[in-house]
Amino acid sequence: MSVDAATVRRIAHLARIAVADDEVEHLRGEINAILAFVEQLSEVNVDGVEPMISVTPMTMVQRADEVTDGGIADQIVRNAPAAQDHYFTVPKVIE
Amino acid sequence: MTELTGLSIASAREGLQKKQFSALDLTNAHLAAMEKARSLNAFVLETPEQARAMAQASDARISSGSAGPLEGIPLGIKDLFCTKDVRSTACSRILGDFVPTYDSTVTSHLWRDGAVMLGKLNNDEFAMGSSNETSVFGPVVNPWRRRGSNVGAGASGGIEGTHLVPGGSSGGSAAAVAARLCLGATATDTGGSIRQPAAFTGTVGLKPTYGRCSRWGIVAFASSLDQAGPIARTVRDAAILTRSMAGHDPKDSTCANLPVPNYEDAIGKSVKGMRIGIPKEYRLDGMPAEIEKLWSQGIEWLKGAGAEMVDVSLPHTKYALPAYYIVAPAEASSNLARYDGVRYGLREAGRDITATYENTRAKGFGPEVRRRVMIGTYVLSAGYYDAYYLRAQKVRTLIKKDFEDCFKSGVHAMLTPATPSAAFGIGEKSGADPVEMYLNDVFTVTVNMAGLPGISVPAGLDGQGLPLGLQLIGRPFDEETLFSLGQVIEDAAGAFAPQTWWS
Repeated sequence: MSVDAATVRRIAHLARIAVADDEVEHLRGEINAILAFVEQLSEVNVDGVEPMISVTPMTMVQRADEVTDGGIADQIVRNAPAAQDHYFTVPKVIE
Repeated sequence: MTELTGLSIASAREGLQKKQFSALDLTNAHLAAMEKARSLNAFVLETPEQARAMAQASDARISSGSAGPLEGIPLGIKDLFCTKDVRSTACSRILGDFVPTYDSTVTSHLWRDGAVMLGKLNNDEFAMGSSNETSVFGPVVNPWRRRGSNVGAGASGGIEGTHLVPGGSSGGSAAAVAARLCLGATATDTGGSIRQPAAFTGTVGLKPTYGRCSRWGIVAFASSLDQAGPIARTVRDAAILTRSMAGHDPKDSTCANLPVPNYEDAIGKSVKGMRIGIPKEYRLDGMPAEIEKLWSQGIEWLKGAGAEMVDVSLPHTKYALPAYYIVAPAEASSNLARYDGVRYGLREAGRDITATYENTRAKGFGPEVRRRVMIGTYVLSAGYYDAYYLRAQKVRTLIKKDFEDCFKSGVHAMLTPATPSAAFGIGEKSGADPVEMYLNDVFTVTVNMAGLPGISVPAGLDGQGLPLGLQLIGRPFDEETLFSLGQVIEDAAGAFAPQTWWS
């Protein structure tokens, strides 16, 4: 399988990465090189094989449903590019 | 004072206990070495004031008889680990000047045990790379040079040779340990990022079993593969560091709730009667004769120590790397979705929120990260999920089963080369085809896919005078056997140190 320019643009948009027109062809080549490389997996017989869910056997543990952390709004917004009164601020989302 | 930087962790620990020098002396010697080695670009942030304060606190604890197992030992920390109030960037522009308000569990274990932080170490951006060339801070220079090279030494006359990469992604960790800028370092391994740089720099690197160390507070790349571990100059030092780094953490649900053995006890333990698997699929076509020779040498050393060699087969080995390049980018695309310019790091404004996300991520991610996030997005997208991601996870089950079958047949560990070549030159493998770089991890990536422990131990020099490593692969949570076997190789091969040309 290989991708065309329109697919590269669609992937970039899904990944929320702006791609300039002059980058598309280059990216297409690189992505296709990787896809060609992983193509060999199609020769493996995976009939009846379970997909891996967890690499080591582990049981999910549960804990009591209680607050273990909090009251640290100052710390949470400390690295924000823009914040106001303990809120993250972003460009207008709803018109 | 310079000789203090040449100590092993074990001997520094002894010297501190016997008050032959203070923790502050030891830290100062390393800070001075770091200053002279800036041309290697191993550290992306030096923290001398914090280091001295921590060393003084160590001296006080040594005096009062309350020293921890790593008391006063100066370490470098890969910049993928969050460190409280100290900039942590994953060597990406998108994290900018991110200053965590918390420590990763692994680093907090080190400080609990008395270690001293010298600074933050360079790595490939988000740990995506095998040469440390994708870091926003620029490449790390391997302290090793090809025989006859005078590059970087300020030699008058013609410069011979090029600087070499230290491997990656933990290139800063490996270079700093090899160049004696710290006694040990933290590192992480998703497809070979501890073992490959260790092999390229003549150092010891352990990737523990998945779940042995907590991933909490370590910048995530591929969560089902990522594992933290140490890089050190001796097998014993790696064992000492692993004991402190490992351990249960309720904040990481994949972190094993198992007691942490005193790994140092495994050093010097007899390997007599152990069955060591030699996987035939690791004998690649066109493998350099030197790698082949190194491997045979390793087999002889282990035989000499009383271990028994067994030919084994891991039939799905060749599919590990392609499966990895689906699974790892898929998980990365999901993990890296958090970098949206809202809560931390870089923000590049756009006309609306979507354009802000897109501009931020275009500017903040380097080319390799962008490429992997896009691949991951593609293989997870509607219509392709089954063909790529689901198939890769099934292949992963088969890869793991290969190992399980061998271990079930009575094999205790396996011996393989660590890398298909010695260190290469900066820029030599950054051509148009990213796959060329990916092939570096051909011997290491299977171990991550199966969640097993693996160690790279320096075993010799190639014809150019560059270090090569052997890899030992163990059963889940049996790091101890790897330390015992690794010590046999170290005892036979000796230690390897680069000439100091940079200071």
